[in-house]
Amino acid sequence: MSRRILLAVGILVSVGLSLLPFLWFVLTSFKSQAAIEAIPPTWWPSGNLGFYRSALFDHRLFDYMLNSMVVAGSTTILALVFAIPAAYALARLTIPGKRGLLAVLLCVSMFPQMAIAGPIWRLLDSLGGLNHRWGVVLPYVALTLPLAIWILASFFKELPPELEDAARVDGCGPWGTLFRITLPLATPGIFTAAILILIYAWNEFFFALLILTQPEQQTLPVGIALFQGEFTMPWGELAAASVVATLPLIAVVLLCQRWIVSGLSAGAVKG
Amino acid sequence: MTRHQRLTPYRESLAAWSMVAPALLVTVTFALYPVVDSLWLSLHRIVIGLPQLGNSFVGPDNYLALLRDPVARQALLVTLGFVLCSTLLELACGLVIALVIHERFHGRGLVRAAILIPWAIPTVVASQLWRYIFNDQYGFANLLLFGNQVTDYIPWLSYPSLAFGIVVLADVWKTSSFAALLILAGLQLIPDDLYDAARVDGAGAWQRFRHITLPLLKPALLLALLFRTMDAFRVFDLVFVMTQGGPGDATQVLQFYGYQTLFTEGRIGYGSAVSVAVFLMILALSLIYLRAIGSSLLEQRRT
Repeated sequence: MSRRILLAVGILVSVGLSLLPFLWFVLTSFKSQAAIEAIPPTWWPSGNLGFYRSALFDHRLFDYMLNSMVVAGSTTILALVFAIPAAYALARLTIPGKRGLLAVLLCVSMFPQMAIAGPIWRLLDSLGGLNHRWGVVLPYVALTLPLAIWILASFFKELPPELEDAARVDGCGPWGTLFRITLPLATPGIFTAAILILIYAWNEFFFALLILTQPEQQTLPVGIALFQGEFTMPWGELAAASVVATLPLIAVVLLCQRWIVSGLSAGAVKG
Repeated sequence: MTRHQRLTPYRESLAAWSMVAPALLVTVTFALYPVVDSLWLSLHRIVIGLPQLGNSFVGPDNYLALLRDPVARQALLVTLGFVLCSTLLELACGLVIALVIHERFHGRGLVRAAILIPWAIPTVVASQLWRYIFNDQYGFANLLLFGNQVTDYIPWLSYPSLAFGIVVLADVWKTSSFAALLILAGLQLIPDDLYDAARVDGAGAWQRFRHITLPLLKPALLLALLFRTMDAFRVFDLVFVMTQGGPGDATQVLQFYGYQTLFTEGRIGYGSAVSVAVFLMILALSLIYLRAIGSSLLEQRRT
């Protein structure tokens, strides 16, 4: 009995602490300016949608959304295109120096952004990628590849090898086997990797701040970080923009919780 | 047929390399080459805005200056403090959350999703959120603690130690669920019969936790520790949005200091030395951890 009470308390506390702070932003986004500036502030909103309107139209939220979608979408697609064959080769084929390659990938996933930021800036400067959305996509792809490859490789490895062997005996080359046999079987793994890349690219701030300096190209995190009024902080608009920036992710997490959990466990602990 | 067989290993390794090469190319161009370039730049004196200095090779000068730099020393202390406080708290919270969501109950999927939400929220949004909660006038923290007694309201982020604590709190809130997931994965690997056997032998709940769960959870805990330490070392968004390193230098972390020297002040050589120093510390840490995890991660990867 006491165990069940303990569990109930545990559930309530962890869910409450996870959700309540963000709920304060949600409430704020529906308040009126007067309710926000009242001291002490009021608890409950009056159902005002004005902040959403002004965030969308006066604060470029539309542009930020669009930029984030383009950047996160292209990062996800490109990273998968690069990661899938690499993960397959590392999981199934013989490559001299495989251990070294995996160790290098593990190291790359731990790089502090600072250590590569300056040179990436210079590199993009010479390639003409500063202030272009593709300029952040390329570093994002490089930085999400390690995680994607680790997750995909562990999924590929768990697939029964018999089907692939049969295909190989029938004369299918490694690329053919990958596309005709392994890929269709590994859809859940690919889905997991895609979600994690998407969340990373949607939320990344450091490189976006450095590379996209014009408001027309900035992504949501940069827009939200640099959200300043001329004299006072526009908390209402900021709260509305934050809710808009976060809702797609909450939807992804609610829908894909199962895959995220299995992906993180497969990519990490199970090895 | 024999000819075909003789060609196969060659063709296989050709295919294998053609599969790995594109990913390798991207990684080398946008991750490995930049690190080497940083190292090279850190041996020069380059200041944007002072082109008359040229870009002379100065060898270890930047590193020697870094050792004597009081702001860098402060940033190192703040970073280490942040890493220590936030990772320990995150592991503790993560363990509790993992134990809760490991149990079987109705609506477990929903609870897991709810707990994952802070992890999915953009760090920048979480930072603004906590800045707002601890706002001196409109903040939820003041409202909750003091209600109508407006005169008691605290300007939280203007006190050095409070500001540091709040940045830690925001990080713990944001990432405990990630630690929880890694620990949960470890919990799921522990076979149930171990607990049954212990129960038969009369072990209480605490003893089962102490003697079965904790020891068998060690690899997962270490892995969570590894990931969280690396991330805490790289903290940037929180500081950029919440405090800009202040008040004073209370939340000045290394990544923010590096960002300022490189991109705000344009001291390319010196800023690169800061970045390389951060890189070397993270590298050293990860090597220590990988030793501790027993390189089992890499071993299992080998088919």
